Amino acid sequence: MGLIQEIDYGTKASNATKLVTLRIDGATITVPEGTSVMRAATELGTQIPKLCASDMLDSYGSCRLCLVEIEGRAGTPASCTTPVAEGMVVHTQNAKLAKLRKGVMELYISDHPLDCLTCSANSNCELQDMAGAVGLREVRYGYDGANHLDSVKDVSNPYFQFDPAKCIVCSRCVRACAEVQGTFALTIDGSGFSSKVSPGIGEDFFSSECVSCGACVQACPTATLMEKSVIEMGQPEHSAVTTCAYCGVGCTFKAEMRGEELVRMVPYKDGKANHGHSCVKGRFAWGYATHRDRITKPMIRAKITDPWQEVSWDEAINYAASEFKRIQANYGKDSIGGITSSRCTNEETFLVQKLIRAGFGNNNVDTCARVCHSPTGYGLSKTFGTSAGTQDFDSVEDSDTILVIGANPTDGHPVFAARMKRRLREGAKLIVVDPRRTDLVHSPHVNADYHLALKPGTNVAVVNALSHAIISEGLADEDFIRDQCDWNEYTEWAEFILRPHNSPEAVEKLCGVPAQTIRDAARLYATARNGAIYYGLGVTEHSQGTSTVLAIANLAMLTGNIGRKGVGVNPLRGQNNVQGSCDMGSFPHEFPGYRHVSNASVREIFEKDWGVSLSAEPGLRIPNMLDAAMDGSFMGLYIQGEDIVQSDPDTQHIVSGLSAMECVVVQDLFLNETANYAHVFLPGCSFLEKDGTFTNAERRIQRVRKVMSPKNGYGDWEITQKLAQAMGLDMHYNHPSEIMDEVARTTNSFAGVSYDLLERMGSVQWPCNELAPEGTPIMHIGAFVRGQGQFVIADYLPTDEKTGPRFPLLLTTGRILSQYNVGAQTRRTENAQWHEEDLLEIHPHDAELRGVKDGDWVKLASRAGETSLRVKLTDRVAPGVVYTTFHHPITQANVITTDYSDWATNCPEYKVTAVQVSLSNGPSEWQTSYMAHAAESRRIGAIAAE
Amino acid sequence: MSPNKNSDKLVYMLNHIGKVFALKPQDQAVAEITDHLKKFWEKRMLVQIFNHVEAGGAGLDPLPKQALQNMMAQSAQTSVN
Repeated sequence: MGLIQEIDYGTKASNATKLVTLRIDGATITVPEGTSVMRAATELGTQIPKLCASDMLDSYGSCRLCLVEIEGRAGTPASCTTPVAEGMVVHTQNAKLAKLRKGVMELYISDHPLDCLTCSANSNCELQDMAGAVGLREVRYGYDGANHLDSVKDVSNPYFQFDPAKCIVCSRCVRACAEVQGTFALTIDGSGFSSKVSPGIGEDFFSSECVSCGACVQACPTATLMEKSVIEMGQPEHSAVTTCAYCGVGCTFKAEMRGEELVRMVPYKDGKANHGHSCVKGRFAWGYATHRDRITKPMIRAKITDPWQEVSWDEAINYAASEFKRIQANYGKDSIGGITSSRCTNEETFLVQKLIRAGFGNNNVDTCARVCHSPTGYGLSKTFGTSAGTQDFDSVEDSDTILVIGANPTDGHPVFAARMKRRLREGAKLIVVDPRRTDLVHSPHVNADYHLALKPGTNVAVVNALSHAIISEGLADEDFIRDQCDWNEYTEWAEFILRPHNSPEAVEKLCGVPAQTIRDAARLYATARNGAIYYGLGVTEHSQGTSTVLAIANLAMLTGNIGRKGVGVNPLRGQNNVQGSCDMGSFPHEFPGYRHVSNASVREIFEKDWGVSLSAEPGLRIPNMLDAAMDGSFMGLYIQGEDIVQSDPDTQHIVSGLSAMECVVVQDLFLNETANYAHVFLPGCSFLEKDGTFTNAERRIQRVRKVMSPKNGYGDWEITQKLAQAMGLDMHYNHPSEIMDEVARTTNSFAGVSYDLLERMGSVQWPCNELAPEGTPIMHIGAFVRGQGQFVIADYLPTDEKTGPRFPLLLTTGRILSQYNVGAQTRRTENAQWHEEDLLEIHPHDAELRGVKDGDWVKLASRAGETSLRVKLTDRVAPGVVYTTFHHPITQANVITTDYSDWATNCPEYKVTAVQVSLSNGPSEWQTSYMAHAAESRRIGAIAAE
Repeated sequence: MSPNKNSDKLVYMLNHIGKVFALKPQDQAVAEITDHLKKFWEKRMLVQIFNHVEAGGAGLDPLPKQALQNMMAQSAQTSVN
């Protein structure tokens, strides 16, 4: 196993269909029109020397190293900027070219430190390689003249350093920041000899606009921009391709290793979701995997007030199983259940639901998608017939108008956001529906055409008003509707939509967005050649989350924006495997593949395969489990990789429910907040330590590959298997591939999926079966999965969470770029430097009314509870709206959120909580007592006898 | 805040579901509510809310109440058969 080396073709591939044939160094090659001479040569296996060229970037032509001669043309053109032509005859090497290149290299090296032996890029330096390629043997100019060798390093970024002494000013970093990431944080400051790469104006990297995506580091051909991990550990010696364990974009990375130590994560160009790009989390924030807080030994305790006792794996597993059996004997078969994790693999999730259905004998299984995208599953299944987004990420390249509703992709899904921003720079139009002025509304070279800054909780009204404007102005795509939807249902729905209360003018009074803006946005979306909708948790986490998903699906069908590239309805999934955990049957009412448990023929498939009889009745959802615990009928819970105390709403209710249970088993990397209420702790392993698959937001199934031994001794799937065996279930897998084989033989949409296929194709998007052996990038082409698209009436119903004199402000929550979900991983990395605490964003007007200044501690109180945190004054939020993140347990933002939830799925209403803000002098009583309790709960006692 | 007592929570949830289907003709709305309950509600939740209906069904809106009564009648019929 060696280091995976990707070919850099120097320039991007051409998408042209017309082919051109030319000769390079005597060999004939045929390539698409528009291909550069450099790329054509590389495809032939000829490496033309280059420094400023990269196939991740547009051609630049500045280094003058890639010169070639072309018969019939004057001079020596740069091969990176010269497109191929029919019949062209190219020479890449002769005495003249060699002399020119050697001269260029001499100039570069005359201002470059000759410290190759001690340089961090030694053996992986393009400048070093090019010196070798051109045969540089001397530098005639000497090294005594003016140079940059004493330039000061910028080490401010926690993950990489900038050493200007080694910079050759090729601009690859500046171009990567602009073209790939779209942040425009870097520039070339000065001119001529004084030209230098600069992050902003007189700022260091950490203080600048840089988002630490790593694109500049990846682009740098020298050691100028270099990972600190490489500087410390040396160059990696082998690598494996794997999938990021952060957000639902599902970036593919090369995990570059020395032995069992991870040196760096490098985005993989062949990754179909990220195409070689990354964000600060996936690229750099992997240190949590070896953080000192990791628990690697199993632990048990009789009471949650006892200290933990480390025990053997057998003892922990047998204790958990015996407790579950005892509870079932005392309280009945349905008194226990489990929660699967969207951070775990498909195979692990499948096993947990199998353990519960087949081993526990009930359907009390739920997943964290309950609190994020459960309305997506319900809404898209009802209207389109599939609980998933319709497109692949590449589709955005063909979008002409992009409608982003309740999503903040630059923070939540940064790698996809970079692609979206690239499309916007190419001229696509943008509508943002969000109470907050996110970066997409206004950032360098991106300006939303319309920002519908609606009042939180009015999504349904606004989306229906968009549909109203479209129908009333004759912009509906009736041909599409007649062809692919149920026309009678459409006319019934259209009659409802055209009622006066759905007009933009009426809705303006509810949502605060001017009717004219709603109408203008509706026209822009409806008249686009390709209109695409992207949405996030700002849609789903409402008491009307499902209704908004239905309204969005209606809007897309109304305008015919389904079933081709550039269009569609695209839920941006929060966690890495939300899609997969739902696909694998994590909901209490359905088996893998979204088939209801009451369906006898489906039950028969699993009963035959698993050799047990299965319950036909839906099980409990997470909030219902906690309610049942309070009622004394639900007493045992197995939680794999979730932290419901921090992530779920109304923390005090969660804590009461868990405290009422007799056996809570938590399987996780860390003693998370939920583990404070657990009786058994089973140490889990990181994504680097196991094999499996994740499925991203575009239904793409991708391999997770084990690159180091599990620090806890077992993969998470093996731990579940041990527990299942202790519960008496006949479960024996030798490798996760066998679990995927079982998924494939029991679930039609996965029928063609296997590890062999993934090895061959890299990844595949479900459905993947006999009808689509290579998967399905875009769904509903020509017809909906359910047959005809269904228009479903979704009326606006105001939330019962009302503002009033006691709680006059509306709190909405979200996440920030550097942190991920409950922060269990990212807080244990250097990412904490960007976000040390959760802050409350408040409009200056609201702050002034309360005598609050920037940085003050304030009390944030709702009907559910109160907490304290510091404020940040900003006009990103409108007056009357406040915003915070939930990444830090000390903040306990979910002490504030209520247990109001979506009518169909019980997805919590995180995005609307009536609150009051007042000055405070520090943490609340709850926070102080909670942190004391947490410290007490995490005590680990003496090691018990084996 | 939504209600604290579990039966009150179930009543609240049901009325919420009922409001969503309120625009439909009554029979269709009742059928959709029934279908939703059968698909998504666990049996102890149904038992609790059935008991609440038997105790008078305080707080339940007409549509969900009708759906529950239909389910209870159907359940009784099934038991008899």
